[in-house]
Amino acid sequence: MNNPRPFADNEELTELRQQMLSFARLQLSDEQQAEDVVQEALAGALKNAAAFNRSASLKTWVFAILKNKIADALRGRYRQPQMTDIDDCKDCSLADDQLFDERGHWHKNDRPQRWDAPEQLVHDEHFWRVFDRCLDAVPAEQARVFMMREFIELDSQEICAALELTTSNLHVLLYRARLRLRECLEDHWFGAGENA
Amino acid sequence: MMNCQQATRLMSEAQERPLSLKEQAELKVHTLICSGCRQFGQQMLLLRQLTRGTRKPDDQD
Repeated sequence: MNNPRPFADNEELTELRQQMLSFARLQLSDEQQAEDVVQEALAGALKNAAAFNRSASLKTWVFAILKNKIADALRGRYRQPQMTDIDDCKDCSLADDQLFDERGHWHKNDRPQRWDAPEQLVHDEHFWRVFDRCLDAVPAEQARVFMMREFIELDSQEICAALELTTSNLHVLLYRARLRLRECLEDHWFGAGENA
Repeated sequence: MMNCQQATRLMSEAQERPLSLKEQAELKVHTLICSGCRQFGQQMLLLRQLTRGTRKPDDQD
């Protein structure tokens, strides 16, 4: 569908701005900086609006710009005081994992099932709403590193430097985020058809 | 012998660093007999493709 004026709809723009703000806040933990990167990203997008004619991917496009702005902000900030110190990294232990039995094997009900993931899934708004809800349910520290790694596409070294984490702590946080996110997506999206 | 918790941990780490030959071999042996972990591995790849918007038609099995 073509839409020559992607930003003509104020309601859409307001909602998009809110989504961008929550995303930026989670990443930057700094209200002012979050507002700044969102403004910059939106301004950049508006400037190039003429080059843009597919309203279906408006969000994708603006978020791509936002991701770059956030990555720049994080790279320029090699100390992040809000992050917990490694010594009291509550989330870094694997001890409380509920998905595996005492021998480290999957509990029967938690064993991953085959996912049916059609090619157009990446464009499915309903899927991304479920994805957002699942990510919200992941503990904040884990969700944050997951987003930095997978959406902002910083590499491990950059994340460790920005958050003053050791590599092994980062790997554990990412692992836990992936475990929980996977479980939630299987429960609420991929397996929902058969079980609902 | 590797268990599922160790195998899934390694599959997550494989997205962060190259696994050693020993790790790759142990993982291979585990996933041969464990369908849950086999699915887990494919799902990790899918998650990355989805979040990075890099999914292509041939990525589907």
